[in-house]
Amino acid sequence: MDKTQKPRSFQEIILRLQTYWASKGCAVLQPYDMEVGAGTFHPATTLRALGPNPWAAAYVQPSRRPTDGRYGENPNRLQHYYQYQVIIKPSPPDLQALYLGSLEAIGIDMELHDVRFVEDDWESPTLGAWGLGWEVWCDGMEVSQFTYFQQVGGHDCAPVSGELTYGLERLAMYVLGIDHVMEMPFNDPQTPISLSYGDIFRQTEEEYSRHNFDLASTEMLLRHFEDAEAECQRLLEAPETDAKMDRRIVMAHPAYDQCIKASHLFNLLDARGVISVTERQAYIGRVRALAKMCADAFVTTPAATGSAA
Amino acid sequence: MPDLLIELFSEEIPARMQARAAEDLKTKVTNGLVEAGLTYAHAAAFATPRRLTLALEGVLDHSPTTREDRKGPKVDAPEKAIEGFLRGAGVAREDLEERDEKKGRVFYAIIEKPGRPAAEIIAEVLEDTIRTFPWPKSMRWGAGSLRWVRPLHRILCILTNDAGEADVVPMEVDGIRAGDMTEGHRFMAPAPFSVTSFEDYAAKLKRANVVLDPEERAETIWNDATNAAFASGMEVVEDKGLLAEVAGLVEWPVVLMGEIGADFLDLPPEVLMTSMKEHQKFFSVRNPKTGRIERFITVANRETADNGKTILAGNQKVLTARLSDAKFFWENDLRVAVDEKMQPWLDQLENVTFHNKLGSQKARIDRIAALAREIAPVVGADPNLAETAARTVKADLSSEMVGEFPELQGLMGRYYSDAAGLPPELAAACEEHYSPLGPSDAVPAAPVSVAVALADKLDTLTGFWAIDEKPTGSKDPFALRRAALGVIRLVLENGIRVELLETFLLASVSTYSNAYAAEVRETVSRELADSFDSYRTIREAIAQTKRNSLTSNLYKALLRNADFNEETESKKLKEFVEAGVVFQVNSYQRHLNHEIGDLLAFFHDRLKVHLRSEGVRHDVIDACLAMPQADDLTLLVKRARALQAVLETEDGENLVQGFKRANNILTQAEEKDGVEYSFGADPKFAETDAERALFAALDAADAKIVPAMKDEDFPTAMAAMAGIRPEVDAFFEAVQVNTDNEILRRNRLNLLSRIRNVCLQVADLTRLDG
Repeated sequence: MDKTQKPRSFQEIILRLQTYWASKGCAVLQPYDMEVGAGTFHPATTLRALGPNPWAAAYVQPSRRPTDGRYGENPNRLQHYYQYQVIIKPSPPDLQALYLGSLEAIGIDMELHDVRFVEDDWESPTLGAWGLGWEVWCDGMEVSQFTYFQQVGGHDCAPVSGELTYGLERLAMYVLGIDHVMEMPFNDPQTPISLSYGDIFRQTEEEYSRHNFDLASTEMLLRHFEDAEAECQRLLEAPETDAKMDRRIVMAHPAYDQCIKASHLFNLLDARGVISVTERQAYIGRVRALAKMCADAFVTTPAATGSAA
Repeated sequence: MPDLLIELFSEEIPARMQARAAEDLKTKVTNGLVEAGLTYAHAAAFATPRRLTLALEGVLDHSPTTREDRKGPKVDAPEKAIEGFLRGAGVAREDLEERDEKKGRVFYAIIEKPGRPAAEIIAEVLEDTIRTFPWPKSMRWGAGSLRWVRPLHRILCILTNDAGEADVVPMEVDGIRAGDMTEGHRFMAPAPFSVTSFEDYAAKLKRANVVLDPEERAETIWNDATNAAFASGMEVVEDKGLLAEVAGLVEWPVVLMGEIGADFLDLPPEVLMTSMKEHQKFFSVRNPKTGRIERFITVANRETADNGKTILAGNQKVLTARLSDAKFFWENDLRVAVDEKMQPWLDQLENVTFHNKLGSQKARIDRIAALAREIAPVVGADPNLAETAARTVKADLSSEMVGEFPELQGLMGRYYSDAAGLPPELAAACEEHYSPLGPSDAVPAAPVSVAVALADKLDTLTGFWAIDEKPTGSKDPFALRRAALGVIRLVLENGIRVELLETFLLASVSTYSNAYAAEVRETVSRELADSFDSYRTIREAIAQTKRNSLTSNLYKALLRNADFNEETESKKLKEFVEAGVVFQVNSYQRHLNHEIGDLLAFFHDRLKVHLRSEGVRHDVIDACLAMPQADDLTLLVKRARALQAVLETEDGENLVQGFKRANNILTQAEEKDGVEYSFGADPKFAETDAERALFAALDAADAKIVPAMKDEDFPTAMAAMAGIRPEVDAFFEAVQVNTDNEILRRNRLNLLSRIRNVCLQVADLTRLDG
């Protein structure tokens, strides 16, 4: 890969990030197959940040924020977008340098740009998680979030994970010099069938915006929220020993799936405008309680305890 | 004597924490060293985004040897006591000295602590400093357990002797070993280098593109910014807070100036400034010819081959995106303001909770509107206008712009109110009704603004007192002290003549009661909605409401109430509801009235604090508070200032002593005789010149005091009082009040009562200290 060569498309930036982080020893995972609000929700981050086992992973995560839908008209805002997520535990001492290397890998010339680490502490009330770090500015634009996880699901992180989150569309628009996201080349603009971001997502943005704001059935969403909550609790309350296999199988991941679901359903309800200010806190508290239970369960499993075979 | 240099090199320290951290580093290290006997001549601390630095000059190379003669038990004390003493002092028996003292022969332990080398002490103090550093927020990283604001990478700690040779102070904290190395600018000069002294360090840092001193960085930024603006005939809008913050974001400041797109120049300047500052830490640059904000200044952290062209273009692009948002909000908001007169915003406030025990913003606005209407006449405002204004001023809280920039509340209200074509008084009230926000913030003078500002603050205070959320100690989360001071300053600086309790607090209580009555009536009616016609008795109807509903609770309460006869009133549900409402509201009102006394005392405390800043004593205010109409703050303060001024003169001081003497004699005589000496002093019974002179002086003083009091000219009244001081002094010098001649005695006591009367005109002098 020639660093001096500017990338030409959205996908090339993703591919370069994948190659870069693979070369730095990360397991390049695939997106989680559920609707999430951010890459952090992927169990590869939320759950794997817990416990003593070392971990290094990188992945693209499609993310949904129903309230950010703008019918495909806003140059920067999308209800469905992509995050690139890197998580390394324990956080290596040269994580800042590694991160800056990734910017160079996608064609940002450090000799010409002004990259800054500006205080921005991260907190996810729904995950019961927080960390300290920065938003990274490139010429005044926020291009990434850089966080040292301190707590997840109410558990202290020891060792601490370093987490990097890149807002891919925004970063790519900057690198490619594009003003409207829908005009961004998704694949190589020189290929016979060149596709822009808009070719792929303009219509879906429009459809989902209408759905999220006006038509998603609130009764159904509320019901599903209750279901997910109940299912999460039920799975975690099940006896730890599986009768058929006659061994301990704690269902931390399936339960966490229900937590993710509840979180997304809450986001949809929020976009529908049916959650009042007071209720909001209560819903967030309910999701957090689930996240905490899942974390409690996960830390007792082999993936977390360091006793994995 | 050696110099000490410490640098703690880490990942980027939040700008807002740097200055404090440098100061804390200095305090903790120097305190620790001095405590261990290691004094120094001079200390200086610095911070950049990546380092905290402390330079100490003239540090002792050893702590001095200390010797303590510790007194022990008597030589004939029990063995156990002596053993205990030996253990405590850490010396052996044979090292004890015996000395003769008054009470006998006593053991002494001579404890000598040898001095320790500086490096040893520094290593301990620095380790302790790092481990217990008071960061507002700190974190762990990697697999370690050390806490720092962000990962700590290097510790530089060297002692430089007079010959300029440096030694590393051997120490280690969680695997980070102290050395003599540091690093320069992250991008421009990243190679590590070693240093031998502070001078060497500062010079090498500068060569490595790091300006160590934050003040120097701030100065460079400000000079370069103003020069750049000046060169194009413009001026930078000063912002000290922003300057300090930006200086904490860069090690090598490079000022770049750019243009704001023509599309955005019509946005209100405050919106431009706030957006640029909050989101991007840009300075605003004003064109003095147009008065508009037309350019911006950004501060980069490096030089580049293209002289910042790429950096500026990037920043400009981000600005355009940000301002497009702001413009979008502005245009949307203007539509709501112009087409719908902000009504949808007010409707939305119904769903916004002000405080869970005090209802929605809408409910609050209703109360403020009612109160503003009441207050309007006393501040010279039109009641209708004041009420409308109160209903308008909070509308902007629902606007998109205020949602994005909460600090623009009020100001946006002014723009939108103007755009909606509302009277100018309303626009002004929008912006001014939050004022005064602090002791130095300007106080509005426009009557409508004043009425709304008062109503807003009084409603807040009454409400939080009603739910017992009063400020305690340093905790005042709802800024109630500020609100009370706001009321005080609004009254005083506008010379408003009003009874605080009657006109303001009780009026506010009654708006709460009325709102509460409406709420109770509505709830009870709703709970009984289906019962009004279908049930014959209250009992039946109430049986249909839920247990613990307001209605059933009211019913139970009414049954306990002697005035309520269930039999005779059993069929009149509507009357029951009314009786219930009255009952409930009365008890609520009793609660409020009880709290309001406490709130009044809170106002008096705030007033004392406020007046103390202009040198008025506590007891002076107490003396004035004891007078009639003490609730009229304007009057009260006039009295207090006059009294304070007189007390600062010799005559005044002495008059108070004379008054107290007269008052003591009089009070004792009144207690003894069981009568009040209040009138009838007759000059014809005066025996001495001193008495006659006092009569004349009192007459002359009265002649001045009476009209002065009528005009509330307290300085003149007080001066007239102070004027009788020589005659009062002479009287006490020459005359014995309690003589055997009962007629003379009574006459003299009545004369004293004239002194008392004169002196109590302006304030209750008995309440003065001393």
